[in-house]
Amino acid sequence: MTADNTLNRFAGVPWEPGAAKSDPVLVVDGVRRAFGGLVAVDVDHLEVQRGAITALIGPNGAGKTTFFNLLTNFDTPDAGTRRFEGQELSRVPAHRVASLGMVRTFQLTKSLSKMSVIDNMLLGATHQRGESLRRSLLPFTWRGQEAANTARADELLERFKLSHMRNEYAGTLSGGQRKLLEMARALMVEPTMVMLDEPMAGVNPALKQSLLDHVKGLRDLGMTVLFVEHDMDMVQEISDWVVVMAEGRIIAEGPPSSIGENQAVVDAYLGAHHDAPLDLGEDR
Amino acid sequence: MDWGAILENTIRGLIGEQFIYFALAAIGLNIHFGFTGLLNFGQAVFMAAGAYGLSMAVATLGLNFWLGLVLGIIVFPLILALIMGVPTLRLRSDYLAIVTIAASEMFRIIARSPSLDRWTGSSDGLTGFANTFYELSPFDRSQRYFFGIFIGNQMWVVLVGWVAVVLVSVGVWAVLRSPWGRVLRAIREDEDAARSLGKNAYWFKMQALILGGVIGALGGMLRAIGTQSAQPQNFITDVTFFAWVALILGGVAKVGGPILGAAILYGILSFTDILLRQMVEAGIISTSVMDGTQVGQVRFMLIGLGLVLLAAFRPQGILGSKEEMALDDR
Repeated sequence: MTADNTLNRFAGVPWEPGAAKSDPVLVVDGVRRAFGGLVAVDVDHLEVQRGAITALIGPNGAGKTTFFNLLTNFDTPDAGTRRFEGQELSRVPAHRVASLGMVRTFQLTKSLSKMSVIDNMLLGATHQRGESLRRSLLPFTWRGQEAANTARADELLERFKLSHMRNEYAGTLSGGQRKLLEMARALMVEPTMVMLDEPMAGVNPALKQSLLDHVKGLRDLGMTVLFVEHDMDMVQEISDWVVVMAEGRIIAEGPPSSIGENQAVVDAYLGAHHDAPLDLGEDR
Repeated sequence: MDWGAILENTIRGLIGEQFIYFALAAIGLNIHFGFTGLLNFGQAVFMAAGAYGLSMAVATLGLNFWLGLVLGIIVFPLILALIMGVPTLRLRSDYLAIVTIAASEMFRIIARSPSLDRWTGSSDGLTGFANTFYELSPFDRSQRYFFGIFIGNQMWVVLVGWVAVVLVSVGVWAVLRSPWGRVLRAIREDEDAARSLGKNAYWFKMQALILGGVIGALGGMLRAIGTQSAQPQNFITDVTFFAWVALILGGVAKVGGPILGAAILYGILSFTDILLRQMVEAGIISTSVMDGTQVGQVRFMLIGLGLVLLAAFRPQGILGSKEEMALDDR
């Protein structure tokens, strides 16, 4: 699938908060989360288009990560509904979200340091027979599946250029390699939607490009990607659609090129009544 | 100085009954803490569950010994793990620590309460529940075995205990190298990561709590059988901390760690005990420094000193992995 095709998916979608998409995979309605008196998230409506890369941006404290946790069911909203593939998430325990096909990564990478890289990968496989305590004592019941999972893990490690670290402790990887490992591990789940929380945070420029390519690669494989990011270069370069949050609400939506000129976005980032257009990194 | 007695006592400490009880308790703790990251500061209550499960079934209720075995090793620790785990395992690990230490004290204090004398034998405890066990003994109770170190009944307890230690260790090794064990280690490292990959962390933690508790209960039950009594005094909090010392000494998250740790702990305790006692008797240590009644305390001071040195020079324990220790970023 080419980027043009992906762009076509957004043809006719109005550039406004809460815009309806042609084929939404995730639909959010009236989601609200307050911590004491502070309303961290208050989103009336959001649809995330299937098979596209959607960026979620906003100034610090906009509620992006809280919203992200609500979308992945790591946090429970005070009110509202989140439907993933038509399934209401509040009825699903957090760990079951992965088996529905939605997998997330974390802002601070959670590579499991005292486990080897390959064990990190194998952990991602779902429906493992050997994860039952009863069958764990009977290796013949799970060995075949384990071998198949290992083969798939090795392929992914190859793709993410981590094969040489296969048997090392994940704790010995560099920050960027950990991001790669976390993404590769998420793919072991065989997700239809990948949620990335600041995938570029702490990654050196050399690895950045390869990480960007991997994210695009997910879309080319037919997956939906939603990511939170501060790095505007990344947002401009790979996202098909941008959602902007400020003070817990969605204040703008549109293709990346439209966002820099949006007055509400400029006001949110720089304060109201600022007259210069916002440089979101197009002219590097 | 009687070097024969010193040697005999040391060997007894290294491989004898005390070693077996605490090795099993520490193997259970290793599943809790070493592999899953659960902070259980009340392993004594699981041991008590094994001891009282058997003794109350047989001595109080008059049930069959084998039924008592099932109650003590499986039913009691299972119920206990559910009571302690259901409210705490969804929370941070400190909550389990608080609940386990409280539960172990509550159990002991309730068990010794005079109003429950009819059920638990209060502070005297229960006796006369292990006859079936000793009737099965192939050893002559008036004979001494294993270079004269163990008398017949002790030899039987030690033999059964060693078989239990070996079988349990092989079982633990097998389940921990399976995908199930991999999930436990992932939960120990980062519960949210495991959850994001579709693992029901709560349920895995519960399974680990039950499994480690069952192994601890086996240790406690063997202790009750070996001493032929189940007494509240045998399950004070010190018992939990001896198991912890054995685990940390041997090496956390290594299958052999708790076994080696328990052997060394009781080897040193027995060796220093008889050595100091004989040195006091022989006048090598003057009574102005220490008399025979103080030996018990002094040997624990020596163990404490040893632990301080271990923490300073080999914090990962004897078998522990230095590499893994270095990766600890918490």
